[in-house]
Amino acid sequence: MEKLKTSLTRNNLVRLKAGEEILFSGDLHTARDQAHQKLVEIIRKGKNLPLELKNEIIYYCGPTATPKGKAIGSCGPTTSSRMDDFVEPLLKKGLLAMVGKGRRSKKVREAIKKYKSVYFIAPSGCGALLAEKVVAKKLICFGNLGPEAIYRLEVKDFPLIVAIDSSGKSIYEDL
Amino acid sequence: MNKKLMQNALENIVKEASFSLRKDVSKLLRQAYSREKNKRAKKALAWILDNAKIAKKESLAICQDTGLPVIFVEAGKDVTINSSLVDTIKKGVEIGYRKNYLRPSIVDPLRRGKSFYKGAICHLDFSPNIKGLKVTILPKGFGSENKSQLKMFNPTTSLEKIEEFVVETVKKAGPEGCPPFVVGVGIGGTSDYALLLAKKALLEKIDRPNPDKFLNSLEKKLLKKINLLKIGPMGLGGNSTALAVKIKKAPTHIAGLPVGVNISCHALRSATVALKS
Repeated sequence: MEKLKTSLTRNNLVRLKAGEEILFSGDLHTARDQAHQKLVEIIRKGKNLPLELKNEIIYYCGPTATPKGKAIGSCGPTTSSRMDDFVEPLLKKGLLAMVGKGRRSKKVREAIKKYKSVYFIAPSGCGALLAEKVVAKKLICFGNLGPEAIYRLEVKDFPLIVAIDSSGKSIYEDL
Repeated sequence: MNKKLMQNALENIVKEASFSLRKDVSKLLRQAYSREKNKRAKKALAWILDNAKIAKKESLAICQDTGLPVIFVEAGKDVTINSSLVDTIKKGVEIGYRKNYLRPSIVDPLRRGKSFYKGAICHLDFSPNIKGLKVTILPKGFGSENKSQLKMFNPTTSLEKIEEFVVETVKKAGPEGCPPFVVGVGIGGTSDYALLLAKKALLEKIDRPNPDKFLNSLEKKLLKKINLLKIGPMGLGGNSTALAVKIKKAPTHIAGLPVGVNISCHALRSATVALKS
């Protein structure tokens, strides 16, 4: 398994192939349904985004509350397809990659190919195991959404599988 | 019934359900792991088993989706049920969620906004066979709940068509619903009741045969068909798409044959407490 110690860049991202496993160390930004809706609304109105999306990775995740003495609570991936309609405007803003669980629409696959992005899946239903891979959690924006806010997670050796690579190839072609 | 004691008992089952995998579920997951030949699916099953160990040891939720709490209350003949008793139960669940840092996952369905803890769903039943109260909590995660299906069949429909519907529902659920699944099926009653039966089926011990011989063979047949779908954990393939199928039935109307399917992810969580009156 390849260990990616530094943050992913567009250059090493395009070399990853569907099905490949990596241990990622770097930053992930959590965002799920409501945060996506807000971000895309801001883009549509031509206003300034509350965070820089360029070269960042979005993680479809809404963690539990953080127990005392821990960096984060349980924090596994949520279903990615609910975010399908919001993907393209974010990729246009330079978003590097997405992490979630499950299949994506054809439109998302095409957009991933067009923008040279990657869609990863993380162990689903394994929020406690993934919590151990998170070193720090910081609120970035939309704090009034609670678990649906955008948090920056600093992760170490976070297990990921390439589900759709930058050529648009998916591990779910038969499903 | 002492309010404080009841609330404590409720807090405890919230904790138990959220942090510790059910014994029967854990047993079938371990069996699936040792049986699985597909390397990648086996690794995903190992993650699932590790996750359960970490959750228990670290008092972390098995899944960040700590669910919409569904409460099943069964009352014996020596108990008087009133609204304040139900309020006490719901309050205990709410406190349990808060105290254990579980995720507030409940919102107004249309306004959305910031999520909260209040809003557990409570089903009441009466049983002449028990004394006191039996309270069960099923924290239902929505990755799998979103995959629920109901179909109102014609009364003359063949069993094959019903089987096809169940298998197709699992196929549609795919990797998003977090396989290996436990598939609950409710046959009969009304539309709402078929779905409630399907959910209640998830509370049965999944490592035990159905006492109804016909349903037991149907469960086995469906499980075999579902595992031929090769979805597997995280959609990585292999033979572990479902751990078990559980079926419940109830009398229905001469004009109908409702079938409900309620899917649970591999983190099928529930816990029960018996309370004396």
